[in-house]
Amino acid sequence: MRYLPLTDTDREDMLARIGVPDIDALFSDVPVGKLLKAPLDLPRAKGELEVERIMGRMAARNVAASAAPFFVGAGAYKHHVPATVDHLIQRSEFLTSYTPYQPEIAQGTLQYLFEFQTQIAALTGMEVANASMYDGSTATGEAVLMAHRVTRRRKAVLSGGLHPHYTDVVKTLSGMASDEVVALAPDVAANEDILAQIDDQTSCVVVQSPDVFGNLRDLKPIADKAHAHGALLIAVFTEVVSLGAVTSPGAMDADIVVGEGQSIGNALNFGGPYVGLFAAKSKYLRQMPGRLCGETVDADGHRGFVLTLSTREQHIRRDKATSNICTNSGLCVLAFTIHMTLLGEAGLSRLAELNHANAVKLADMLAGVKGVKLLNDSFFNEFTLKLSKPAAEVVEALAEKGVLGGVPVSRLLPGAGLDDLLIVANTEINTDEDRAAFVAALAEVL
Amino acid sequence: MLNRQGRPTQAASSVDHGRETFTGNRALQQIEPLIFEIGHHETTGVDIAKPAPFKNRLGTHARKDGIGLPGLSEPETMRHYVRLSQKNYGIDTGLFPLGSCTMKHNARLNEKMARLPGFSDVHPLQPVSTVPGALELMLELARYLMTLTGMPAVALSPKAGAHGEACGMMAIKAAIAAKGEGETRKVVLVPESAHGTNPATAALIGFEVRSVPARPDGTVAVEDVKALLGPDIAAIMLTNPNTCGIFEPQIVEIAAALHAAGAYFYCDGANFNAIVGKAKPGDLGVDAMHINLHKTFSTPHGGGGPGAGPVVLSSRLAPYAPVPFIHVEGGAARLVEHASDAPAGNDPFGRMTAFHGQMGMYVRALAYMLSHGADGMKQASEDAVLSANYIRAGLSDLMSLPFPDHPSMHEALFDDEWLKGTGVTTLDFAKAMIDEGYHPMTVYFPLVVHGAMLIEPTESESKASLDLFIATLRDLAMAAKGNDKARFTAAPHHAPIRRLDETRAARQPILKWVKPEPIAAAAE
Repeated sequence: MRYLPLTDTDREDMLARIGVPDIDALFSDVPVGKLLKAPLDLPRAKGELEVERIMGRMAARNVAASAAPFFVGAGAYKHHVPATVDHLIQRSEFLTSYTPYQPEIAQGTLQYLFEFQTQIAALTGMEVANASMYDGSTATGEAVLMAHRVTRRRKAVLSGGLHPHYTDVVKTLSGMASDEVVALAPDVAANEDILAQIDDQTSCVVVQSPDVFGNLRDLKPIADKAHAHGALLIAVFTEVVSLGAVTSPGAMDADIVVGEGQSIGNALNFGGPYVGLFAAKSKYLRQMPGRLCGETVDADGHRGFVLTLSTREQHIRRDKATSNICTNSGLCVLAFTIHMTLLGEAGLSRLAELNHANAVKLADMLAGVKGVKLLNDSFFNEFTLKLSKPAAEVVEALAEKGVLGGVPVSRLLPGAGLDDLLIVANTEINTDEDRAAFVAALAEVL
Repeated sequence: MLNRQGRPTQAASSVDHGRETFTGNRALQQIEPLIFEIGHHETTGVDIAKPAPFKNRLGTHARKDGIGLPGLSEPETMRHYVRLSQKNYGIDTGLFPLGSCTMKHNARLNEKMARLPGFSDVHPLQPVSTVPGALELMLELARYLMTLTGMPAVALSPKAGAHGEACGMMAIKAAIAAKGEGETRKVVLVPESAHGTNPATAALIGFEVRSVPARPDGTVAVEDVKALLGPDIAAIMLTNPNTCGIFEPQIVEIAAALHAAGAYFYCDGANFNAIVGKAKPGDLGVDAMHINLHKTFSTPHGGGGPGAGPVVLSSRLAPYAPVPFIHVEGGAARLVEHASDAPAGNDPFGRMTAFHGQMGMYVRALAYMLSHGADGMKQASEDAVLSANYIRAGLSDLMSLPFPDHPSMHEALFDDEWLKGTGVTTLDFAKAMIDEGYHPMTVYFPLVVHGAMLIEPTESESKASLDLFIATLRDLAMAAKGNDKARFTAAPHHAPIRRLDETRAARQPILKWVKPEPIAAAAE
């Protein structure tokens, strides 16, 4: 077996040195009858070529985003990732290292975490950011728990524009802790009266912008009302590229900002691994979940970086910890931070502008198709269409024509009476030809 | 008793360690500033087309202020991150015996497979009819995990080990609620030797945590568990093999006692690498166990993630598995994304994450499993256990073993009894290992042992590598006992940076780069 360096002779020598007759003598604590004698009912070892054949065949059964005009978003987005990113994250010293418990030989990881935290704080307009969460949805769940710790209240109000899967994650986590969740009805037109829901029992208000339907929302009035009642505003985004073009949540006085960072540096990966972004006002720092990297000096006075404020964390505080989180999304963070370094402010602004320009172009083209109505007043790179037929059927018909045409709202919210709505995303990857193919196919299907 | 003394966090005083250079660089070790100190906000390393003029639809939401992000050109970016990488130690650098973390070889085949466009370039919400290969891969991974553990069900979606713990405990909570015992069964038993994630998870899910004492031999006794059982006990969270590197000898009796009392057995599967192909958790009475794919199945650790933490479930818990999951009926696979869509008899407790979990990690783990096969995975576990015991045998005359009565599984635990009177601490010893070219073992964990040193070599080391490691640790141990304190207390001497002041970092947190104030008066 190519991965195992020990030879049978080595094994015999080592057993002799240990002083046991055979390997099973080392398993003597396994209860009688529970040590497996027969081999497991699974195939035997395979060479690299065989594994490539098996997995290549499985992969070939899927339609890759790059193989078709592709307009699917709703929480994960297809963007172009520079070749430099994937090369660098496969450097052995990054790929095969671990959580930087020994900072003297992990400054590479620690420095990029520090750079990442600074980038996220700048992007979101917040004072402090952590070293990442699993993804945007779990970051949102943790943000709600953090707000409960800060306010010592236990009621969260969720906007109807929040991604329904994020709502479900918050409900699941909060439900287990018997915390109250008020989830507003799906709010396609971004005109819900969320202010009326905020009272003196409210711990936090959770609002997404751009929301799941693509609408941009003004968070400032919500922040003001929340603060007047001693509650926090948690701002959410699923498309981090939008921050290159729209007002940051920090500028609208959000208290905690969480989001999905997949768009920068990371592939679609059928949903994971992704990278959860988490930022807050610094007065709430000690209630934040997750790893934090901080600057310090070494014994010679040189600048260096370490994991810090670990007294919040599970390995020190155990059942009193701010979260049970142990890992972060290390390598996805690295991909994000390299891509963002390549972009810089100039590149991010240009990327955001191109995404928006493409989406505007597509929205206008689609709005001209018979049986299609554009529902958004404002949007970034994603918008919602009302169709003359059920969107799930339309999407299947489009797929048969070789176009991946968006996400039916009924896939996210079955039984909500929104079966004729389709969420469409358009990024820099889409060409004029892609858009023309989409429009033509949709016209045929409707 | 829990050992709460912690590890020293302040740097020792400096010693001269060689001639200074003009640049501060030391050949391959380059001083590398932060991107904020070398980049410019007008620089970019990505060429993006400027769109034709258009009327924006951002409404009143267009960004008015700058962001403050520097950019670097492509060559600058490449050099910056390559230099950072050179300050890191990875498995590919050398032996990485970090106990409880299973730092084994990361095969590049797995990386290659994960990057096939059919896996990496598919969207979680594209039509299900366009991703049959993704469902096939997830079902195949599930089949392997269920076979290896002897469990009837698996929830794939948890994003990491601790997330898997949460998933398993949520399933237990849901099962208890379904029996109408939600108001009474509120206590979770956690041994003192447990990973910190266990009590943190139990508390997160709304349980109260009660500690189970460790016996002097490092194991949990069934009598101690029985003494705590009652109508208020929901579950135990027990690691097996445990954090002292010992297979819990009474695990079957403990499981039976829990079940007799109406409670559940959550097993922390962090140490599954010791027993793959040797024992099945399903045979031991486990109700739920997460599997760290990044440990046992070698999806890379990546500097602290991403992980993946699928949870295998007993038939008592399987109905409560969260969405999404794949349901197979009559040979056809169906993706179930909502509770309303679940087959009869299923009552999903909710959703752990937005999408289907860590697909990229599933691919890598399955590539590992296919490569090893049933025979290779069993051999890997045996080699991991053999190597740990070989290291133990090579060091036990010099270093003290807190639990000599049990064979080690895949990791050997030492304490600091043998360092008494030397003036050298466990942390000093670990830092001196850095100078010798090794990543230190896990230190000061588990907490039940004073000055713990937990060594997990994994199956990836050759005998020559193990022999050199043993010889090195013997040399260090003799130096520590021989009053060569300076080799330890000021170590590391040869790392890219010297010992760091963690106390200062925590007292005055600096968590991002801030532009220095210009020195206005300097010109006067």
